[in-house]
Amino acid sequence: MSDFVFFLEICLAGLGSGALLALTALAFVLIYKATRVINLAVGEILMMGGYFFFTVAAGMSLSAWIAIPVAVAGGMAIGAVVERGVIRPMLGEDPISVFMVTVGLGSVLVGIVELVWGTDPRTLPDFMGTAPVFIGEAYVSRKIAISFAIAAVVIALFLTLFRFWRGGVALRATATDQAAAYSCGINVPGVFSLAWIISCGTAAGAGVLLGSIGGISPTMGAFGLSALVVVIVGGLDSVAGALIAGLFIGLLEALTGTYLGGEYKLVFTFGLLIMMLMIRPYGLFGTKEIERL
Amino acid sequence: MAADTILSIENIEVVYNKTIQVLRGLSLSVERGKVATLLGSNGAGKSTTLKAISNLLALEDGAVTSGSITFDGKPLLAETPHGLVRRGMFHVMEGRRIFEDLTVEENLTAATFALSGRGVKPTPFDLVYGYFPRLYERRHSRAGYLSGGEQQMLAIGRALIAQPKLILLDEPSLGLSPLLVEEIFTIIARINRETGVSMLLVEQNAAVAFAVSHYGYIMETGKIVLDGPTERLIKDEDVREFYLGMSGAEGAKSYRDIKHYKRRKRWLS
Repeated sequence: MSDFVFFLEICLAGLGSGALLALTALAFVLIYKATRVINLAVGEILMMGGYFFFTVAAGMSLSAWIAIPVAVAGGMAIGAVVERGVIRPMLGEDPISVFMVTVGLGSVLVGIVELVWGTDPRTLPDFMGTAPVFIGEAYVSRKIAISFAIAAVVIALFLTLFRFWRGGVALRATATDQAAAYSCGINVPGVFSLAWIISCGTAAGAGVLLGSIGGISPTMGAFGLSALVVVIVGGLDSVAGALIAGLFIGLLEALTGTYLGGEYKLVFTFGLLIMMLMIRPYGLFGTKEIERL
Repeated sequence: MAADTILSIENIEVVYNKTIQVLRGLSLSVERGKVATLLGSNGAGKSTTLKAISNLLALEDGAVTSGSITFDGKPLLAETPHGLVRRGMFHVMEGRRIFEDLTVEENLTAATFALSGRGVKPTPFDLVYGYFPRLYERRHSRAGYLSGGEQQMLAIGRALIAQPKLILLDEPSLGLSPLLVEEIFTIIARINRETGVSMLLVEQNAAVAFAVSHYGYIMETGKIVLDGPTERLIKDEDVREFYLGMSGAEGAKSYRDIKHYKRRKRWLS
């Protein structure tokens, strides 16, 4: 029986990290949906969120309830500045150029972190408590459980907004056809800004959660790459896809890591990525162009 | 310029990519509450004219290099495209350009952004469904799965939601069966009659365009070559021959005659 409990615990931990993956994937999806840009700096913005939280909570010894909004707002500010200063002037350029700019942006952010905070890994001050959570007999780390809950709420919120909020319609309309969106009176540049701001804020929030579980370091941006796998599997423009693929990949990594050994984790994850690209290049839930004959 | 002119274009020149000149000193005007038609063959610059008016040229790397456009008494070239829509100009683009991934209803919701900041009551969707009952039946299906005619109805429906003063219609007959073309143009005429909205219609199908419009312009290679009230244009020899496919009293022509025709468009000389 304890074997089964152990299996359950692995699954729960996997779902927990999967929820964080899904949240980060959401940051990719938001920007891609609105602007057709893949923002490869999502991982680094997530890292900035962790460092903002660290500065306010540990550096200034303020409460986590102040530090979390500051971290999210910091992420949003980065998003606003980058969109306005770098991405918007490049509108209409080759998507590859814009993509490369975001790669560069990631390196710049890593450089800033190393200059300002140094290269040593740090632990974030604890704000979630440590008492373990039990689901039945299975033990779950409290941090993972809380992160899971927060990620689930945020994703549910986004799903609802996309469907029922007028702004969600504007975003999807802009994604489908920019000129037509303009012709309907939609403020297209405004939609772009909003997508970047919300996306980067989400990433920064995910960074706080991730940092409080595993600590922060200038290399934590690599988490963004795992999230990129999630969005490609789930579909670049699908919020639901990000959620399901995120949970699935979190689960897959936890199970292969435990039963086969850590070295198999990446093999399985990226194997899945390659298979996915061969079978459904637009992802599980991504939009396949409608063909009318 | 008369006080009841909703749109007037004076001597505009449009250049794409800073090199290709498409419009060469084009002027036209649309009277309030009336339908004006802009006719011309492929590549004459009709769509470009409409995009210059709705300020969508920048998206295609085009720019108005000289001349001026006045809409509802104010110059418009400095406005943003969405700002212009919110001032009451709605461009129904060529090829329908509906949001395929959105449902019919969401397409109409998207158009409600045109009312932002205007302090008007939201348009009931029933207004659109009244003109186009077929859209009501399909209001929850994805717009990409509608037939061509239904998509054109949706594109016009979005314009209705925006409560515009002027609608720019770019080839609403494109790719539709003759029966549907007739149906859609009947509704276009009805919308103009019932709501009093002015329209600038771009068409290749001259016969159906003349049937609904009050004034016509004919453009070739970037400028207007002939204009006048539609009753007069319909009687014009050249228009009859080159745009309506009729040739005076001689009756139908054989293809050999057409191949060897000596008659030149008089306005080209």
